[in-house]
Amino acid sequence: MNDKLQISLSGITLANPIIPASGTYGFGDEFAELYDINCLGGISFKGTTREARYGNPLPRIAECGNYGMINAVGLQNPGVEHVIAHELPRLKSHYNGCIVANVSGFSVQDYVETCALLDKEPIDILEVNISCPNVHNGGMAFGTSPEAAAEVTAAVKAVTTKPVYMKLSPNVTDIVAIAKACEAAGADGLCLINTVLGMRIDIRRRRPVIANRYGGYSGAGIFPLALRMVNQVARATSLPIIGCGGVSNAEDVIEMMMAGATAVEIGAANLTNPMVAKEIIDRLPTLMDELKIEKLTDIIGIVNHE
Amino acid sequence: MKQLTFEIKTNEQIAKNVYRMQLSGDTTGIIPGQFVNIRVEGQFLRRPISVCNVEQPLNNTTQPLNHATPLLTIIYKVVGVGTEAMSRLPIGTQLDVLTVLGNGYDLSKSGDKPLLVGGGVGVPPMYMLARQLREMGKAVRVILGFNTKEEVFYEEEFRALGCDVTVTTVDGSHGTKGFVTNALDGKQSYYYTCGPLPMIKALIQAAGTNGEVSMEERMGCGFGACMGCTIQTTQGPKRVCKEGPVFPAEILQL
Repeated sequence: MNDKLQISLSGITLANPIIPASGTYGFGDEFAELYDINCLGGISFKGTTREARYGNPLPRIAECGNYGMINAVGLQNPGVEHVIAHELPRLKSHYNGCIVANVSGFSVQDYVETCALLDKEPIDILEVNISCPNVHNGGMAFGTSPEAAAEVTAAVKAVTTKPVYMKLSPNVTDIVAIAKACEAAGADGLCLINTVLGMRIDIRRRRPVIANRYGGYSGAGIFPLALRMVNQVARATSLPIIGCGGVSNAEDVIEMMMAGATAVEIGAANLTNPMVAKEIIDRLPTLMDELKIEKLTDIIGIVNHE
Repeated sequence: MKQLTFEIKTNEQIAKNVYRMQLSGDTTGIIPGQFVNIRVEGQFLRRPISVCNVEQPLNNTTQPLNHATPLLTIIYKVVGVGTEAMSRLPIGTQLDVLTVLGNGYDLSKSGDKPLLVGGGVGVPPMYMLARQLREMGKAVRVILGFNTKEEVFYEEEFRALGCDVTVTTVDGSHGTKGFVTNALDGKQSYYYTCGPLPMIKALIQAAGTNGEVSMEERMGCGFGACMGCTIQTTQGPKRVCKEGPVFPAEILQL
């Protein structure tokens, strides 16, 4: 372990700031075939709901040139009880780092019940997804108004002792207002951004590529947007931020941290280069030397210190 | 799954919009019905392509392609910008390839008279399967379905393996006129298939469910992480890239 890379989220020490983002890493099994996933600072596991979900019809995936992809998976998962009985013990048996439990719901009650069940489990952080663009009557609906975001935050906080990080949507007029509402309602931290609502059309068939019509755009193309939003929120709240959105290399990680992120999630990049998270962690010390960064905690929000 | 570098040894057109690429690199562990996922410069997602064959090193100068390392053969159709870019890659190009992906066919179920049915670019995975079934001494019947004569490929290659080969074309310009189902004789012990969905549906309707089907879906990662290609089956959701692409016909809900 390299102490220069260590960071802390709500009192939990992570060996480094790198966390694969929920929905791009499953429960780590596929990646463990390629490298020892214990190098990761944390893992945000596949978005979990109260009940099992198949998700959206196919096709769920559309490519966006060299810059990213659209997905409309729609929270396919086996349900929180299955996750607690099977996936979480398996992850715990071969991973010692910070486990971030990503949770979604279709009602406040859904979020509450799922988080209450996970509260008794060996997870470190609850990442409450109020920003999934791919489900109706839920997900993003809670992340697009400050009142609803605050309601979910307060309700979840009431049933757990785990740190609660609210995962925010970029598909809003004012992300700062929503971040502030979460902070006022007792959130321990924030994670941003989720995917950007997008669309592709198959011009030969004259219909949307994605069966669900729209989906979440992710990949390198959204990095500047994510960086801007992380920076806006960092300047407006005092909560720790997990920065997410289009991060593809170690340079992006440094940039995200300079904007105000304490930790950094890697999303779509895992799907195109399954080694990317490890490659970033391996590259960080050299890059830090080049940039004369002694330890990563020194640069968090450094552009906001004027 | 393994992430490896392969080098392009050949890349040539073999039928209308269809190309064959031979790659040298480590082919260890690949079984018939599995696929590789290839990074193509300029494209965000990889291109998942079924494995047509793997060959061990040759040191025989009478062979057209004398190679000292194992060879991986893939056959792909140009359907968009990614595969179009692949078709222009020169010999010697190094490719970033995820390999040993998916489950592959279960050869132990074949019985003595397996039937292999390939439609269009569903034909390539049948080749390695046919070769291994022939090595096991099975009487392999192969039906290859295409739209028209210009699209036909690998007819002679399957014959060279000692398979009983029937080619069908929709327009009758080559082989038997009609669909692959027109060439069924009902004498197979088991079947293996890969091809377009309408063909698979028709085949299951005509030949029953005593067989295995390789499914195709748009994929994100190709190795089980993103849930982009999950189909619903009678045994619950299954990822085409991970639990598949090969499924017992009886669990499919088409």
